[in-house]
Amino acid sequence: MSGLQVRALSVSHGAIQALRGVSFSVEVGQLAAVIGSNGAGKTTLLRALSGLNRPSSGSAQWNECEMLGARPDALVRRGISHVSEGKSVIPELSVKENLVLGGIWRSNKGDTNAAIAEVVELFPILGQRMSQSADTLSGGERQMLAIGRALVSRPKLLLLDEPSLGLAPLIIEQIFATIDQLRRKLGLTVVLVEQNAMSALEIADTGIIINLGEVVAFGKASELIDDPALRAAYLGY
Amino acid sequence: MQKLLETLLIGVSTGSIYALMSLALVLVWRSTRVVNFAQAGQAMLSTYIGFEIASRSEIFWLGLACAITAGALLGAGVDFFFMRVLFKRAVSGPAVVVAPVIATLGLLGLIRSIVGLIWGGEFKSIEAPASKDGFTIGQTTIPFSALNLLIIATVSLILITLAIIFQRTNLGLSLRASAYAPEIAQLAGIKTARTRTIGWAIAGGVGGVAGMLVTSYNFLSPYSLDLLLVFGFIAAVIGGLESMVGSVIGALTLGIGLTFILNYIGTSLVFIGGFAVLVVVLLLKPDGIMARGKVRRA
Repeated sequence: MSGLQVRALSVSHGAIQALRGVSFSVEVGQLAAVIGSNGAGKTTLLRALSGLNRPSSGSAQWNECEMLGARPDALVRRGISHVSEGKSVIPELSVKENLVLGGIWRSNKGDTNAAIAEVVELFPILGQRMSQSADTLSGGERQMLAIGRALVSRPKLLLLDEPSLGLAPLIIEQIFATIDQLRRKLGLTVVLVEQNAMSALEIADTGIIINLGEVVAFGKASELIDDPALRAAYLGY
Repeated sequence: MQKLLETLLIGVSTGSIYALMSLALVLVWRSTRVVNFAQAGQAMLSTYIGFEIASRSEIFWLGLACAITAGALLGAGVDFFFMRVLFKRAVSGPAVVVAPVIATLGLLGLIRSIVGLIWGGEFKSIEAPASKDGFTIGQTTIPFSALNLLIIATVSLILITLAIIFQRTNLGLSLRASAYAPEIAQLAGIKTARTRTIGWAIAGGVGGVAGMLVTSYNFLSPYSLDLLLVFGFIAAVIGGLESMVGSVIGALTLGIGLTFILNYIGTSLVFIGGFAVLVVVLLLKPDGIMARGKVRRA
């Protein structure tokens, strides 16, 4: 089986079990939205997939290769990039440096420069700000920079954690439209973690609803929008 | 007027050595969040090794090169064998904050004892690579010597090299990214643990240079670099502990300030002066002179 296969994944933070036997799969080229309320375990899931958290049991395979147990820097080299929660850019560095960072693991600088040029084509605003400190960017621009940095490593699997966090509704719409375009253009497989369920499900192929660390619904995004489990996960009834 | 100029020049020469020690402390602080008191010991042991080579070969610069190498290896070793293990074992509670600092103090004591065992406690001296006699301009001889000039030149060269490494190379970008945001750095594909060890190695090498330069006009003993550690630390605090540029500015300010006290007020007040500066900075600008008025974000 190619694509992403997550089986019976459990993660504990000390005595608290944040994820309990989570299983789902995402086919290559598809976008899966992981939705659920605050504290449902969405971020924990992504952190386990990218190697930031140590899971207690389970497996996760990307194109039949085990991901769990590998460090994030090793996974990047295997085409898995994680854009962590809250505009993950380094404000002390310039826009250019943030982008270069995405390809810093390569020995060939030419590849990185070419990848940066492609990202600038996708996000022209970043091209105008290259030498500015990332600190000076707006919230939406920062999110583009964070995604741009991940793209510089030319990932096959992109893990996005709440790209809409703290952004104005209009900007959120733009970001979601951009993510949708990107993954079609680049053939990316995307796992998108979001609290903003409707926006996420609109661009997703499949949806995974998580509540209290467990998958409560998994299926076609278009069907999940009307699923009572969705309402339950958010409103508690 | 002449005295003023002399004081300024000597101050820059003194301050430039503080700058190296201060940079070594800042480099480690930024990457590991530890004030490395063992830095005095690492620099001292490196200097003893440099001293051995310099006195046997009678070439100061060969001694300096060996001190840099020894300092770098020692720095990397301290991170690899002590800090990594410590951070793995101490994961929660007050131990996380206290243990590494206490460990560096313990290490300082350990290195001192080892050096005492090998070389004894007596003062050693290194043949200075340039004359310690002041330059003579016309009829008057000023205290500023060829050695002072050489010290400033050496430190400048090292600072320029470091600036190029940090601003222009991928290694430098990795070091900065890992210091500012270790998690993002890791997600970008940087091997942060290895990068941190390289940072410790650079700090150790820079500390070794500081030790050799101080010893070139002073004596070497197991305690001779303690004052350098204190002044380096004060300079780092003036600069805000985070900023490499700030620490250099802090060190030059401190060096010039203390030389003024020495020349215009008296020897006895130098030490007090250093601490007075520390207290004033901590009270007025606890984030250092480079602080931009807001707290650094994660």
